[in-house]
Amino acid sequence: MSNLHRILPELQKFDPALRSDEFRGQDRVWLSASTLGLSMQCLRDRLGFDLLVDVTCVDYLNYRNASDRFGLVYLLANTQSSQRLTVRVGLNEPELSVPSVVSLWAGADWMEREVWDMFGIRFEGHPDLRRILLPEEFSAHPLRKDYPLQGCGERHNFPVLTRSQA
Amino acid sequence: MALELPENVIVTQLDSLANWCRKNSLWPMPFATACCGIELMATGASRHDLARFGAEVFRFSPRQCDLMIVAGRVVMKMLPVLQRIWQQMHEPKWCISMGACASTGGVFDTYSVVQGIDRFIPVDMYVPGCPPRPEQLIQGIIDLQDKIQREGTLEGSEFNTRHRQERKRALVELPILGQTPIFR
Ligand code: SF4
Repeated sequence: MSNLHRILPELQKFDPALRSDEFRGQDRVWLSASTLGLSMQCLRDRLGFDLLVDVTCVDYLNYRNASDRFGLVYLLANTQSSQRLTVRVGLNEPELSVPSVVSLWAGADWMEREVWDMFGIRFEGHPDLRRILLPEEFSAHPLRKDYPLQGCGERHNFPVLTRSQA
Repeated sequence: MALELPENVIVTQLDSLANWCRKNSLWPMPFATACCGIELMATGASRHDLARFGAEVFRFSPRQCDLMIVAGRVVMKMLPVLQRIWQQMHEPKWCISMGACASTGGVFDTYSVVQGIDRFIPVDMYVPGCPPRPEQLIQGIIDLQDKIQREGTLEGSEFNTRHRQERKRALVELPILGQTPIFR
């Protein structure tokens, strides 16, 4: 059962032109990066979404009918009422930055670092926005669709040990 | 002049004696990073019983090992660790590349997976398969023992021959360190 009728009036205070829909029983809202901070605060404190299940991202490069390059996805859950909500934020270059939600859900820490690592989206206010999976000196963001699958030679950029060196 | 040998005395070469000792007491360093590692464990367990070949003493400290078994894919973040562990092992030492991934990258032709560890460290024996059966790994170890017995020398000079020194595989199709701008 959809809970959008309960959620939307609260969120429309921040963004009256809010887009939302229901897809196979799942509630989705589209927020803009500018109102994300306040809306997330409201979702947690007033609407009871106390669990951040996941933060992830999709690259819609060359995707048909795509309006934005990146789609940032937050999956929220209310552990009291078992409601779930998908929050989506469309992002385009060069403004690839959104406010961090680590201050609201501490669990966002590593998930935001992973999105930064793989897609290069900056989370403003994150306490420690470093790469989490790839080495520090890696400079690309490999889950972007314009990054070649086989990389740009990073996997071969190592010294070769021969018998005499070992 | 015929030399009278007392009973239970055999004359041999020092090299063969050293080789005989070395080949029958290989201490593996299990560098198991993925699914092949499970097969490696099965090889060491009772059913396949690597102890029959004198190689059952898996040690997790490179200082105590002389046979590195790389079982599984090695990613670019792991390769410096692999090289460091290899350098920490004492001479004489050997390396078995177990499985498709360690030998060639296997099906993982992606930006993060090293396409064969032999590009970056010396490898003595390749074991094909995905994963290789324990029998295959044991065959690899037997072949390595054979190689040690045939080629080994007391002071390890067999490692200094040219074919042991050169890279196993030409890096022609790949960017080479210092010659190709790597990071965009
Ligand atoms: S060769 Fe096959 S079994 Fe071995 S690590 Fe690769 S995928 Fe796993």
